[in-house]
Amino acid sequence: MTPRRKRLAIILGIVASVGVATALVLNAFQSNLVFFYSPSQVAAKEAPTGRTFRIGGLVQAGSVQRDGVQVRFQVTDTVKTIPVRYQGILPDLFKEGKGVVAQGSLGADGIFVAREVLAKHDENYMPPEAADALKRAAAVNEKVSRSVVKEGAK
Amino acid sequence: MIPELGQIALLLALAVACIQGTLPLVGAARGRADWMALARPAAQTHFVLVAVAFICLTSAFVRNDFSVVYVATNSNSALPLAYRVAGVWGGHEGSLLLWLMMLSVWMLAVAQFSRYLPQAVLARILAVMGLVSVGFLLFMLTTSNPFDRLFPVPPDGNDLNPLLQDPGMVVHPPMLYMGYVGFSVAFAFAVAALIGGNLDATWARWTRPWTTAAWAFLTVGIMLGSMWAYYVLGWGGWWFWDPVENASFMPWLAGTALIHSLAVTEKRGAFKSWTVLLAIVAFSLSLLGTFLVRSGVLSSVHAFATDPRRGLFILAFLAVVIGGSLVLYAWRAPKVGLGSRFGLLSRETLLLANNVLFVVAMLSVLLGTLYPLLLDALGMGKISVGPPYFDTVFLPLMVPVVFLLGIGPLARWKNAELPDLAKRLRWAAVAAVVVALATGWIAGRITFGATLGFLMAFWIVAAVATDLWERVRPAGAMRTSVVARLRLLPRATVGMMLAHLGVAAFAFGVSMVRTYEIERDVKMAVGDSTELAGYVFNFGGMSEVVGPNYDAVQARVDVTRNGSPVVTMRPEKRIYRVQRNPMTEAAIDPGPTRDLYVSLGEPVDEGRAWIVRVYFKPFVDWIWGGCLLMALGGALAASDRRYRAKQRQEREAGSTAGATA
Repeated sequence: MTPRRKRLAIILGIVASVGVATALVLNAFQSNLVFFYSPSQVAAKEAPTGRTFRIGGLVQAGSVQRDGVQVRFQVTDTVKTIPVRYQGILPDLFKEGKGVVAQGSLGADGIFVAREVLAKHDENYMPPEAADALKRAAAVNEKVSRSVVKEGAK
Repeated sequence: MIPELGQIALLLALAVACIQGTLPLVGAARGRADWMALARPAAQTHFVLVAVAFICLTSAFVRNDFSVVYVATNSNSALPLAYRVAGVWGGHEGSLLLWLMMLSVWMLAVAQFSRYLPQAVLARILAVMGLVSVGFLLFMLTTSNPFDRLFPVPPDGNDLNPLLQDPGMVVHPPMLYMGYVGFSVAFAFAVAALIGGNLDATWARWTRPWTTAAWAFLTVGIMLGSMWAYYVLGWGGWWFWDPVENASFMPWLAGTALIHSLAVTEKRGAFKSWTVLLAIVAFSLSLLGTFLVRSGVLSSVHAFATDPRRGLFILAFLAVVIGGSLVLYAWRAPKVGLGSRFGLLSRETLLLANNVLFVVAMLSVLLGTLYPLLLDALGMGKISVGPPYFDTVFLPLMVPVVFLLGIGPLARWKNAELPDLAKRLRWAAVAAVVVALATGWIAGRITFGATLGFLMAFWIVAAVATDLWERVRPAGAMRTSVVARLRLLPRATVGMMLAHLGVAAFAFGVSMVRTYEIERDVKMAVGDSTELAGYVFNFGGMSEVVGPNYDAVQARVDVTRNGSPVVTMRPEKRIYRVQRNPMTEAAIDPGPTRDLYVSLGEPVDEGRAWIVRVYFKPFVDWIWGGCLLMALGGALAASDRRYRAKQRQEREAGSTAGATA
C-alpha cells in the first residue's frame, strides 16, 4: 500500500468507528431519556404507560402508610394527587409535606410504582422537578380562580 | 483583623498575577530577558500571598470567627477541629480559594523544577498560568469573596453540611483539585508552545511528567469521591453517574487520552496538533467541572439566576479561556506539522484508537450531562439521563479499549506485524478465556456480563505478564539474570504496567459487585436474624449515642458465619443538632474478598422494629484498589529518571552553549 492509501485507510477507519459509536450513543440516549410529568399531567393521561418516567411534587400530608418494607404515599401538586407504591428504604429527607421526586412507571391500576425515590440532601432544597410541578399547578389554580371571578362578575 | 489580612493578600496576589500574566509574555515576544525573568519570582510571590490568604481563612474557621459570612454559614463551634479545617473547602467561596491555592502550588512547582527550560518557554508557561489565576482572583473578589464580614455577628454558625462531615471529605477536594488544576500545567505548556511555535518532541517530554502527575492526583480524587458516596450516602453504591461525578470524570477521560497521545508525540513526533488540542480540552473540562459543581447550576439552572453576576462571570471566563485557546489553536496549530509516518498496524495506530475511543466516551458523558441542563435552560421541559444510558454507552466503548490495551504495549512503533502479535499473545488470550470461565464457575453463576468483565480483567493481566516476560527473559548473548533485568526496567515502564493492572483490578471488582452482590431490605425487631451469602445478621437492639455535634440511635448487629462470630456492626441514624437533618451512617465491615454493609432505614411498628438494609458486596474494595494502582503507576511514571536525566543534559548543553556564545 502506498503511504497515501494507508493514511486514507486510517482516516476511513476512524470515521467508521466514530460513526458507529455516535449511532450507538444517540440510540442509547434516545431510549434512556427519562421525562418528567407533574401529577396534573399524569391525571390528564399525558404520561406514557409502561415506560419509565419521573413525577414530582409534595408528599401529601397524612398519606404515608408503611407495611413492612412496602410504602404507599401520595404525591400532589396541590391540584391533582397520584398514589405511589414503593418497596425499600426511603431517603433520609423524605417527609410528609416536603418535596419529592419518584422515578418508576404507571401501573394499569393508576398507581405509580416507584423504583427510586429521590429527596435531596438539604432540607430547604426543593427538587427542581417538584418545584416546577408546583409552579405549574399554581398557574392553573390562578387561571381557575380568575375564571371563577369572571363567572361571578357576569 | 486576620480576615482583612487575607483580603489584602488576595488583592496583592491579583496585582502580582497581573504582572506575571503580562510582562513575561511581552518580554518573550520582544526578546527582553529582564521582563521574562520576572516570571519566576512572581510565581513564588503569588504562592506566598495565596498561602497567607488560605491560612487566614483556615484560622477564621479554627478560631470560630463567625463575623465572617463564609465561616458562619459553613461551621459551628461544636464542630470537631478536623471538620472545621475541612470546612474551608465546604462551600463555594472556600472551594475557589482551594482551587487558587492548588494553582499557586503547581505554579511554584513549575517555577522550581523547570530551570532547565529555555527562558522564553518558562516565561510563557508561567504567564499563561498567571492569567488563569487573574481570572479566578477576579471571580472570587467580585462575586464570591470568602472574607466578607457579617454584622451583627451571629452567636454561632450554621454548621457544615452533615454529609460533608466525613474523613473522605477532608481529603477528597484537595486531591481532586490538585488533579483539575494540574491540567492547567499541560494547558499552559500547550498554549506557550502554540505562541512560540516550537512544538516538538522536547515539548512533549517536558509536558509528560506534569500531565501524568496531575492525572494521578485526579484519579485519587475521583476514587475518594466514590468511596465517600459508598460510605456516607448510605445506599451502597459507588458510582451514580450523577452530574457532579460526571463533571470530574470528563477531564479524567480527556486526560487519559492526553497522557497516551503525549507518549506518541514524544517518541515518534506524531499527533502533535491532536495532543495540543487534548491538553486544551482536558483543562477546559476541568474548568467546566469546577463551575458546574460550584455554581449550583446542577441542582437547578435557576441557581444561576439567584446571582446573575456569578453566572455571567463564569460564562465569560469559560468563553475567554476555551474560546481564546481554541482560536489560538486554529491560528497556530497548522504550522506545527503532522509528524512522522507510521504503518496501518503499529503502536501509533493502536494509541490513536485508544484516543478516539476515550474522546467518544468523554463526549457521550458530556452529552448526557449537559443536554438536560440545556433543555431546562431553554424552557423545553425537564428530562433526566440516568445510569442506563451511561451503562449502555460505556461498556461497548470500554471493551475495545481494554482489548487494545493488551496489544498496544507489545506492538512495535512505526510498523507491527499481525501474525507476529497474534503469535506472541496467543497464550495470553487462551489463559484469559480459561481463567474467566473458571472464575464464573467458582463464583457459582456464569453470566454474559460477568464473564466479559473477567475476560477483560484477565486479558490485561495475561498481556502485561507477556510484556514483562518478553522484557526480562534471558535471551541471546546477554547473560544477565531475570532479577537484574527486572531492576533495569525503567520506572515509566513499570508505572505503565501497574496502571494497566489497576484497570484489570477495577474491571474485576466491578464485574464481581455487579453480578454477585446481594441486597436485602428486611424488617427486624430485637432477636430477629437474616441470612445473606452464608453470613447470619442478628439484630441485637438499639441504643442511644451522643456525638460531639449530633445525637444518634445505634443498632447492634452481630454477624456470625457457620456459628462463629465474624464482627459486630453498629449502623447509626444521626440527627445533627444545628441543621436537624437525619443522616444514615452505614456500618461497613471491609475485607479483601467482600464487604458487609448494614444501614438503617426507618422505625416501624411504633419503634419496636426497624427496616434494615443488608448488603453482601464481593470484591468491592478492588474497585478503589484498582484506582489506587492506576494512580501509583502514574506517580512512578512521572518520576522516571529519564525526564530528570535529560533535563540535566539539556541544562548542561544549554550552559555550555551559553558560554560559547
